[in-house]
Amino acid sequence: MQNQLDSINPSETNNWARIEESAHFSKMLKLYRQNKLGSDSFRRFRLQHGAYGTRMTDDYAMVRIKIPAGEIHPNQLIKIAQLCDSFSIGSAHVSTRQNIQLHWVVLEDVPEIMAELAKVGLTTREACGNTIRNIMCSPLSGVCTNEMFDSTPYALALAKFLLRNPLNQNLPRKFKFNFTCCEQHGMARIVDVGLVPIINKSEQNTQQGFKVFLGGGLGNKSYVGHQLEEFTPIEDLLYTSIAVIKIFDRLGNRKNLARNRMRYLVHELGWDEFKKLILKERAIIRVTQSIITNITVNHHKHIQNIPKFNQNTNLDSLAYTRWLKTNTIKQKQQNYYSVFLTLEAGDITSDQLRHLANICEEFSGERLIRNGFSQDVVIRWVHQDHLQMLYSKLISVGLSNPGAMTIASPIGCSGTTSCNLALTNSHRLAKEIQRKLLTLKIDQDDDLKDATIKISGCPNSCGQHEIATIGFYGGGGRSGKNMYPIYQMSLGGRSDDDAMLGVNCLRIPAKKVIDTILKIISIFKKDKKPDDDLKSWINKIVNEKNDTNIRSISDLKKLLLPFTKVPDKTESSDFYYDYGSFDSYHTRTGKGECAA
Amino acid sequence: MKEETLSNITIDPNKLTSEINDHDTRIIDVRSKSDYLQHHIPNSVNLPLSKILSNDSPNHLLTLIQSFGIDDTTHVVVYDNTFGALASRLTWSLSYIGHDNVSLLDVTYDKWQSLGYETNSKIVDFEIKKHKLNINNSILSTINYLEQKINDNKTVIVDNRERLNFLEHHIPNAINIPYKMFASQNKILKNPKELKQIFENRNIKEQDEIITYCGSSGTLSGLAYNALKSIGFKNIKLYVRSFKEWRQQNKKVEKQNNANYWDLSAE
Repeated sequence: MQNQLDSINPSETNNWARIEESAHFSKMLKLYRQNKLGSDSFRRFRLQHGAYGTRMTDDYAMVRIKIPAGEIHPNQLIKIAQLCDSFSIGSAHVSTRQNIQLHWVVLEDVPEIMAELAKVGLTTREACGNTIRNIMCSPLSGVCTNEMFDSTPYALALAKFLLRNPLNQNLPRKFKFNFTCCEQHGMARIVDVGLVPIINKSEQNTQQGFKVFLGGGLGNKSYVGHQLEEFTPIEDLLYTSIAVIKIFDRLGNRKNLARNRMRYLVHELGWDEFKKLILKERAIIRVTQSIITNITVNHHKHIQNIPKFNQNTNLDSLAYTRWLKTNTIKQKQQNYYSVFLTLEAGDITSDQLRHLANICEEFSGERLIRNGFSQDVVIRWVHQDHLQMLYSKLISVGLSNPGAMTIASPIGCSGTTSCNLALTNSHRLAKEIQRKLLTLKIDQDDDLKDATIKISGCPNSCGQHEIATIGFYGGGGRSGKNMYPIYQMSLGGRSDDDAMLGVNCLRIPAKKVIDTILKIISIFKKDKKPDDDLKSWINKIVNEKNDTNIRSISDLKKLLLPFTKVPDKTESSDFYYDYGSFDSYHTRTGKGECAA
Repeated sequence: MKEETLSNITIDPNKLTSEINDHDTRIIDVRSKSDYLQHHIPNSVNLPLSKILSNDSPNHLLTLIQSFGIDDTTHVVVYDNTFGALASRLTWSLSYIGHDNVSLLDVTYDKWQSLGYETNSKIVDFEIKKHKLNINNSILSTINYLEQKINDNKTVIVDNRERLNFLEHHIPNAINIPYKMFASQNKILKNPKELKQIFENRNIKEQDEIITYCGSSGTLSGLAYNALKSIGFKNIKLYVRSFKEWRQQNKKVEKQNNANYWDLSAE
């Protein structure tokens, strides 16, 4: 708290880039095009540098820009806007792991993008491939009312230490770190390494540290992470991280592609054995490497004082109140708010990125934005006296939709819009659900607000469906000779301190998903007790602890069964098309490279 | 010498300022008449591009430029406020009727103003001059010409529309270089080194034949035409009637199949 408002040093923008990597990429691409470099070697190289394959084509790539801890500065937003226009589709995508992605980029243009990004200190290095991916940090770290201390400087320092570090250039598989602010926000338990900041108070002293969770993760098979020890002091952050990476590097499965994330290693060895190995490795590292490994943590943060605006806004006060309720959250610092922007499945136009850069300069005391965990962006350090003005600015640039921190902001992975593995257009479905829920003002209902909807276009969990209150993953259904898009629904998933994975319910045809969601809401409304909200009600049902009419998943199934009915193609052809398509539906996939 | 030929494609505001009162230079503003009447670069004449697009016969253009007092030796400078695409289309038409001494102002009109260069609303008249008609067919691609070339690996067909439009449908074997790749932050064209890089990356060489096209009237692809010219490409043709005509005549198109890329757009 001591350096909240008084200026110390403007924190320098971190430079993550290495300019020479662009020319190197260009050279490797040429060798590949001349058949002097094999396609497997090139693919590995390409992924290491953040260029991911695109659906059904070798000519295009998705470029994933790493945004460590989600912190992104106005000049970087403007640069990304330019790159969207020149090299991509005029929109960028904010991912669930705080990256910003440019889709449908011509592979030959990737070096140009890398060179341009380097001008503003951004990198795509180790954004894909078997490396340590973007290090995430809760968008509320530093401002959260529940947090014990700000973990952002540690997330950034660890990111800096690990980027391009030989330790992580050829792991058995991708590897993910998440820092949170508190138990409630963030996803410490569904990631390889999750870190929750805590303070250990004893009679003698007060010590900062983390609860470290290992071996969690979502995917074809998902696991909830285990806590390593009661308390891991800050001095041990780096040693612990290195120990885990080394053990995974040494023992992780390099043969079976479907079983090579660290969670499988933990599962196979058993938690106790795995834990023993980590603690032993850490002890060795502590004595052998204490001098050469050090992370630099920058605690300086400069919050600028923004002059008071002359407020003269003519606002629709109902709409404003609605937005205020769902899109803003009080910070622990008095008079300040964090503002969440509602995007549609994480998509934002280049013009909006430019406006966002200006808005950030104008309204954010920290002069940067943070990408969130839900395909959203957060403007923090907004003085409460400026909220109304900010809202009217957001209206003028089409970023004022309400519902950000509610059920009305579903997550949808990229699905068939660009991903090789996708079976359904989960991306568009998320947008359709959002539009419907906002029209119905579902975002205003306090009973529904903490519930989440998350959609993946295939059984891999890029859309995080397994930790959703209502989750969906896509597949193909068959009726005679015809196929139609369908989603497996799961209920009751959550990622907080009661983390559990959703329980499968029914398979719902794509065109019935919205109706099913609305039906669940109406059943809940009828069945609920005064204290129930949708999230807790569903949790009771999946754990068979509800004592009303709906006691179990099978009670719910009975009521939802009509939505699984498959009409004849002659009477309802639309049922057989996926969202965004007017062709008969078929499942088509290419080789996966694992995306989020 | 080489430097000189390159710099002819565009002219910077400083240089143009020194030529504003020069009798051998004529400045053409291709914005709409109403924009022009409000204010414009001093001594410029107005030729809204729509006038050319609605009647693109060589004689029509010839009559118009003669009425602006342009003869075979006049240095013509064209500007617009549409990132150089409309101006580019006119410079191409001028080359087509045999007037090669033509340059693009390398910034847009807005930029010209914001840089503090002079503007006024005075309308100037020039004495009619005589200009020869000397059609240069080597820079034009007709639909028939293009159709013969779609499977010729010595010809590169370049589609300058935006990426999503290209994915949706394009002329077979065309490659996509969206027009926004040509501009730099302040100028309508990047510097030659950066422009060359775009083509080098795609393994397109100076001696290759290039045919550029865009959506309907050769504006975006006109900009590409000039971009290529500015880095020394010699064999460039504009498919001036572009994809609109190709579609109208039901020619074969290619599409990026099995992907719902439109749904990634936040528009």
